[in-house]
Amino acid sequence: MPALQEVMRQRELTPDDVLAAAKTYVPTGKHDEAIIFASGGHSGQMFMIGVPSMRLLRTIAVFTPEPWQGWGYGVGNEILEAGNAKDQELTWADTHHPALSETGGDYDGEWCFINDKANARVAVIDLRDFETKQIIKNPISMSDHGGTFVTPDTDYVIEGGQYATPLGWEYAPMQDYEEKYRGMVTFWKFDRDRGRIDPDQSFAIELPPYWQDLMDAGKKASAGWLFGNSINTEMAVGTLEEGGQSFEAGVSQRDMDYLHVMNMAKIIELYKAGKHEPINGFPVIRLQTLIDEGVLFFVGEPKSPHGVDITPDGKFIVVSGKLDPHVTIYGFENIQKAIADKKFTSNDQYGVPVLDFDACKVAQVEVGLGPLHTQFDDKGYAYTSLFLEPAVARWTLGGDFGDLNPEPDWTLVGKTNVHYNVGHLLTYGGDTVNPKGKFLVAMNKWSIDRFFPTGPLLPQNFQLIDITETGETMPLLYDMPIGFGEPHYAQMIEASKLKPWKVYPEVGWNPHKQAVDPNHTKSGKERIERKGDEVHVHMTVVRSHFAPEHIEVNQGDTVVWHVTSVERAQDATHGLAIPAYNMNLSIEPGEYVQIRFVADKAGTFPFYCSEFCSALHLEMMGYLRVKPAAVAQSQ
Amino acid sequence: MSPDLEKIVGPRVSPEQWRKHRMRYVAPGLTLMLARVLLILSLFLPYWHMRLNAPQYPDGLHLTAYVNQLNGDVAEIDGLNHYIGMRPLNDAAKFERAVAVWAMVALVLLVEGAMYLHSRWALLLVIPAVTFPFFFLADMWFWMNLFGQNLDPKAPLSNAIEPFTPPILGTGKIGQFETIASMGWGLILAFTASGVIMLAMFLHRRAYKPLTEKGPSND
Repeated sequence: MPALQEVMRQRELTPDDVLAAAKTYVPTGKHDEAIIFASGGHSGQMFMIGVPSMRLLRTIAVFTPEPWQGWGYGVGNEILEAGNAKDQELTWADTHHPALSETGGDYDGEWCFINDKANARVAVIDLRDFETKQIIKNPISMSDHGGTFVTPDTDYVIEGGQYATPLGWEYAPMQDYEEKYRGMVTFWKFDRDRGRIDPDQSFAIELPPYWQDLMDAGKKASAGWLFGNSINTEMAVGTLEEGGQSFEAGVSQRDMDYLHVMNMAKIIELYKAGKHEPINGFPVIRLQTLIDEGVLFFVGEPKSPHGVDITPDGKFIVVSGKLDPHVTIYGFENIQKAIADKKFTSNDQYGVPVLDFDACKVAQVEVGLGPLHTQFDDKGYAYTSLFLEPAVARWTLGGDFGDLNPEPDWTLVGKTNVHYNVGHLLTYGGDTVNPKGKFLVAMNKWSIDRFFPTGPLLPQNFQLIDITETGETMPLLYDMPIGFGEPHYAQMIEASKLKPWKVYPEVGWNPHKQAVDPNHTKSGKERIERKGDEVHVHMTVVRSHFAPEHIEVNQGDTVVWHVTSVERAQDATHGLAIPAYNMNLSIEPGEYVQIRFVADKAGTFPFYCSEFCSALHLEMMGYLRVKPAAVAQSQ
Repeated sequence: MSPDLEKIVGPRVSPEQWRKHRMRYVAPGLTLMLARVLLILSLFLPYWHMRLNAPQYPDGLHLTAYVNQLNGDVAEIDGLNHYIGMRPLNDAAKFERAVAVWAMVALVLLVEGAMYLHSRWALLLVIPAVTFPFFFLADMWFWMNLFGQNLDPKAPLSNAIEPFTPPILGTGKIGQFETIASMGWGLILAFTASGVIMLAMFLHRRAYKPLTEKGPSND
């Protein structure tokens, strides 16, 4: 093709470049094969990204007010308010680890959860309308990290803590660190029928103040168990000001931290048997109870690790040792045997039995510098991100996976350099019982020179890597700049598993109830009703007008504005901007939204459609007139 | 029987004739029966479809007319039509839709009546059923034309779209929309019924005309 040759010459593209482009280009009208749900970092949101095109499909508003979706500007305010801590309004979050709901250990495409590390919150997102349905604040912990992870059938959403604090949002001096500061794991019961976490059936366990990090729920062979790691078994308290070590140094002293092995099934039984006590009104199983009941064990793990990741068959636990060049692989059966044989080398200072490392370890693979996080494919390979190199390493699993690839078990196969400083990585279905292989995304923290410089603040870089072939070959395909926060983790699901609504199922649909709202307004029944000091506006919107268009109230009235979109056409979304009252709604086809505010500012306020809806979009407006109290009284 | 009445109901068939040419006399009745079944069936089937194609509607917009109702994307099409000042679709043919089912029952009863008239008058009774599908299309055209030619001059896009009558069958163009109108199975059955009735009338004449020519006393 002469035209292609000419473009390659002009744009200085190699055949590999063109091949990469051909593997990722999705022509107009065609859809991506897979969808990434990515944390939005401190944007507090979630991002949907198509694969292989790496196109951003949309932001899902979660913890942070977001004007396009009206989120926090009239839509979802009560959901956001439910996450506030100690009466402090929170308008940002540090979203870390999204978890797609699972059935039998595989993504089912129905729900997604995500945690806010900054304030220990968990959100529930409905994957029919991609709207956040619930935000829940952890009642005992200030921060979290080991979440969200789901059990194989999404019975529980797991939220592990991060920085130890006294449980229950209390004060304690640093001298009391070992005595009063604690870690925790919260088990949020998910009620799938209601689509909500049920706090009344949820509970937490108390853990030593070791800065628990990532977690993973067992699956298949290890179902009913939970694994987590920790980075500060030193219990460093940061003594830089006294001439001692900073946290950075103090936390990294020991060669081994503790892999936490938790018998989750028995822990749930303990909760149901009432063996807990309330902290800040929330049931917590005490550390001593966990020890007495024999449901918590530690195993040594090198060194300040990040990821703890369970192989698709549930038989191996892979720990990436961050400050150690190895990944360490533990056998679930080995751990069970060590527990049964009471192969304890010691207890930790709180009395938790520490299992013999060599009895639990199956293998160690030297993968490189700064191993952080591991995922799996369908060919018996594991992939570990190497923060310091920075690269992605491919290595072989053993056990039943050994026959799936040509290389010997537990060996490094190859590496692909990434740009730069990779944190988490994700593969296609890579943390499920049924990984797909094919795609890997390196979630790079730094992009340095990869894109046109955007001032001193640069985007992160998601790099798509092709892992279709066996052996060393893992070509880099595409760089996607992420210019809106620092995503941590993401999951990739088959697009075909998602069943999104194209419009809300019926006119008058309340997305919070996922049902038709009795207060919705039917066409022809638009009206304004005064009930004492409350003015109820029953409004419909359709291209290209509001009905009614004139709303006149007295200063001090409470306005209850019921807005129903009677649209049924896909993408015929309207906005309702009420600028002087800082409101902006997104009213999607069929949606019902209710807002309530006190009309405390007198004046003449044009309201208008803020979502370009039609040729007469500009004309889609009305007037809110708030009569000054003095004038209203004189009449 | 008075001679006038006998002229209308036509000659009766003697038992001997019946035995001799049984199929000849059964055939008109059976074919009319088939026509009646087709007409009744058509009541439950769409008579007419229109698909409107425009880039911003990748799946198109669909209208489906039954004899007594209009289904499909009526609200969406009405929503679009309000920009050009066309009245809501359900304002059209209100009377026709209200009486349609009873009118169809009447047609079927008339066709049934035709079985008992062995004279030319039978033709009169089946004319409404035979012409019904043509009437349906003509009525459709009438309303389309009335609505399309009488757009509200105060509508937002009144000066952008000239009055129009979309083709009642086949392809047309209105603004950015391509319209594709086609017959539904109901209308096809109604047309088939018309043909079957005409066949029945031929069989009817073949059976009873000889009797008339031979005179009433001939048996």
